[in-house]
Amino acid sequence: MSRTSSSRRSLAPYLYVLPAFVVFAVFLGWPFLQTLQYSFYDWDGLSVATWAGVQNYADVVSDPVLRSAFGHALVLMLFYSAVPIVVALVLTGVISRASALRGMSVYRTLLFLPQVIASVVVATIWVSIYSQGGLLNQALRLVGLDSVARVWLGDYALALPAIGFVGTWLNIGLCLVLFLSGVSTIHPSLFEAARLDGAGAVREFVSVTLPLLRGQVAVALTLTVVSALKTFDLVYVTTGGGPGTSTVVPAFEAYNRAFNTGKVGSAAAVAITLTLVILLVTVLINRLSPRETS
Amino acid sequence: MTARRTTPLAAGGALAALVAVSLAACAPGPSSPAGGGGSASLAPVSTAVPTDKTTLTVWDQNTDGGISDAQDQLNKAFMQKYPNVTVNRVSRSFSDLKTTLKLALSGDNPPDVVQANQGYPDMGAFVKAGYLRPMSDYAKLYGWDSYYPSSLLKLNSFSADGKTWQGDNLYGVSQTGELVGVYYNAAVLKKAGVNQPPTTIDELTADMAKVKAAGTLPLSYGDVEKSPGIHLYGVVLSALAGAQSVTDLVGGKSGSWTDANPVKAAQTITDWQSKGYITPGANGVSRDAAVTTFGQGGSAFLITGTWYQATLEKAPAASDLRFTALTPSGSSTPVTMGGEGLAWAITSKAKTPDVAAAYIDFITDEAASKVLVQTGNLPTVVPSGDSPKEGTIAGDITTRYQAISKSNGITPYLDYATPTFYDTLTAGMQDLVAGQATPQQFTEKIQADYGEFVKSNG
Repeated sequence: MSRTSSSRRSLAPYLYVLPAFVVFAVFLGWPFLQTLQYSFYDWDGLSVATWAGVQNYADVVSDPVLRSAFGHALVLMLFYSAVPIVVALVLTGVISRASALRGMSVYRTLLFLPQVIASVVVATIWVSIYSQGGLLNQALRLVGLDSVARVWLGDYALALPAIGFVGTWLNIGLCLVLFLSGVSTIHPSLFEAARLDGAGAVREFVSVTLPLLRGQVAVALTLTVVSALKTFDLVYVTTGGGPGTSTVVPAFEAYNRAFNTGKVGSAAAVAITLTLVILLVTVLINRLSPRETS
Repeated sequence: MTARRTTPLAAGGALAALVAVSLAACAPGPSSPAGGGGSASLAPVSTAVPTDKTTLTVWDQNTDGGISDAQDQLNKAFMQKYPNVTVNRVSRSFSDLKTTLKLALSGDNPPDVVQANQGYPDMGAFVKAGYLRPMSDYAKLYGWDSYYPSSLLKLNSFSADGKTWQGDNLYGVSQTGELVGVYYNAAVLKKAGVNQPPTTIDELTADMAKVKAAGTLPLSYGDVEKSPGIHLYGVVLSALAGAQSVTDLVGGKSGSWTDANPVKAAQTITDWQSKGYITPGANGVSRDAAVTTFGQGGSAFLITGTWYQATLEKAPAASDLRFTALTPSGSSTPVTMGGEGLAWAITSKAKTPDVAAAYIDFITDEAASKVLVQTGNLPTVVPSGDSPKEGTIAGDITTRYQAISKSNGITPYLDYATPTFYDTLTAGMQDLVAGQATPQQFTEKIQADYGEFVKSNG
C-alpha cells in the first residue's frame, strides 16, 4: 500500500516533463540520432550509403580544410566573446559611475539594436561597408590612410577578422545590457562603503562591480562563445568561406558538404563534432559561474 | 541533488541504447534503387496525351524576369491545348533548387518534371540513385535527336548507372542556350588604339596591355560569390585547349588538369593579375559590381555569360558594348564555355510520362523558342527566322551562339567534372587570383579532387 503511493508520487513529476520531452525527442533527439547515424556512412544524400566507420571523424582531424574551419571558429571566439566582454566591462565601469544618467533606456535600446536586426541584414550591410568604395574605405581615405584601404572581405589575412569584427559589433550591446542590469542589482551601499574606504574608480570596479558580475559574465560568455562556434549566416552571406578557404567555419562547412557537394556523411560528422565542442565549452564555462551557496 | 546526478546518467543510457538501435538499422538512402535506371522496364511511349484529368507538377528555376514570363505563357498555352492537364508550377531560384531537389526526388511524391543541372553533382547523382527516367525513346519519338546539336544532347546524357557523363542515355532536353564569352567596349578599345576585337588569347592579352597603357582597367572581374572563377578559367582554358580536349577532360575521358594547357590557362590569368589587368582585390568585389563597372565604360573587357545580355543592354555604355568569343589555334571556329540551361527531365516516379514528355516537347520546340526570343531569352536552338540586328549585343550573341553550337565548339562548365569540383575549383581560383597559389599548385589541387573522383567512380 505504502509502496504504491510512494511510486506514484515519484512518477508524477516525470509526467509533467513528458510533453516537453516528447517535443524534444521528436524534433531534436531523433534528428540528432539520425545525424549521428549518417556520420558513420559515406552518403551522397540520394543513393544507397556505404559504411565508412570513423573515417568521417578522422577527416575532421586530417582534412586541412575541416581542421582550419575549427581553427577559424577559435579566432571568431576571440572576436565574438573576449573582445565584447572586455569592452562591455569597461563601458559598464564608466557608465555605472554616472549614476543618474538621463535617458538610460534609450542608450540601452540603441546598444541592443544590432541584436534585434536579422543577421542576414547585418551581414548585407557590412558587405557594403567593407567593399571597395564602402564606408570604411571612404573613412580611411578621408584621413589620408589610402594605403590601408582595401577590399576587406577579399583579403586573405583580414577577411576572417573582418567577419569577427561584425560579431564584436553585434555582441557588445548584448554584453553591456546584461552587465548594466547586473550592476543595477548591486546594492548601492556596497559602492558607498567602497568610496568611504577611499577606493577610486578602478579599485571600486575591480573589488565591487566585477566580482558581483560573475554570473552575468558567465551568461555573456556562454551566449557569445556559442554564437561564435555556430557562426553560419555571417559567413554564408559575406564570403561563402572565401577568399580561398580562409573564412570557412564548421557550421558553414556542414551545410556546404550536405547540400552542395553531396557529402552528407562528412557533413554529419562535422555537425556532431561541432555539437560536442559546444557542449564541452558550455560545461567549462558553467564551472566559472558562481555556485549557489544556499 | 540526487535527481540531478541520475538524470544525465539515465539519459546517457537511453541515448546509448537508441544509438545502438539506430546504427544497427539499415543504411541511409533507398533500400533498393528506385528503378528507371535500365530501359528494359519502360512502358511503350506515345506522343498521344491521354484525356484523363491529370495534374503535372513541374519544378523549374526560371525565376528571372524574362524567362519567368516565357514559362508562364508556355504553361498557359499548354493547358489550353490540353484542357484536361493542369500544370502545377513550382519555381525556385537556382541555389534553392539545388538544395531542395534532392529531398523532393527522394520523397514518396516527387514532381513529374524537374529541371536538373548537368554533370556529376546533380544529374549524375540523380541518375545513379534511379530518380530520373531515361528519355532516349521520347527523343526518337519527338525528333529531339535531330533538332538539337549532338554536343548539347551529350551534356544531358549519362550512362544508366550514372557513372559516365555524356553516356548513351538521354535524361533531359534544355530550353535555353548559354555562352560564356568576352564582352568588350568598342569605344574604350578604340581609345587605346584597338580597332578589332580580339580573336585569340594572345590578342586579348595584347589588347589588355594597350588598354592598361591608355590608363583604363582592362578586365572587370568580381569573384566574391566564387562562381565567376569558373567562367574566367573556363573561357581561357577553352580558347587555349580547344573543344575536344576540354570536353574530354571535364567528362573524365582523358587528360589531366596538370597537363600543359590547363597550367598555361592558369599561368595566363596569373600574368594578367600581376600586370594589373584585372580589378584589384577581385576576391572581395561582387560580380554585379564588376558588371556595373564594365557597363559604365570603366573597363574594356568583361568575361561572363549571355545571361547578362539584358542587364548590359540597359547599361549606360550599352551602345558601345559588344560580345565575342575566342578561337583556339588550329580551330576555324571559336570555342568557349557554355551550353544550355538546366535539362528538363522526367522523374522515374512520374505518374504519366507521356504527358510529361509532351509538356517538355511543348516548352522547348520551335514555337516555344519564338516565345523565348520575344521575352528576351536565348533559346537552345535559335528559330530559323530569328535574326537580330548586327552590331548589337543581341546580334553578336545570337550569331556567335548559332555558329559555335553548330560547330560543336561549346565546352561544358568545368564544375560538372566531379561532385566536389565546384568547391575545389572556385576556392582554387580565388587563391590563384590573389597570388596565394602558383599555377602549378592550383592545377595540382584541382587534379587531386578530379583524380580521387575518377578513381572512386571506377
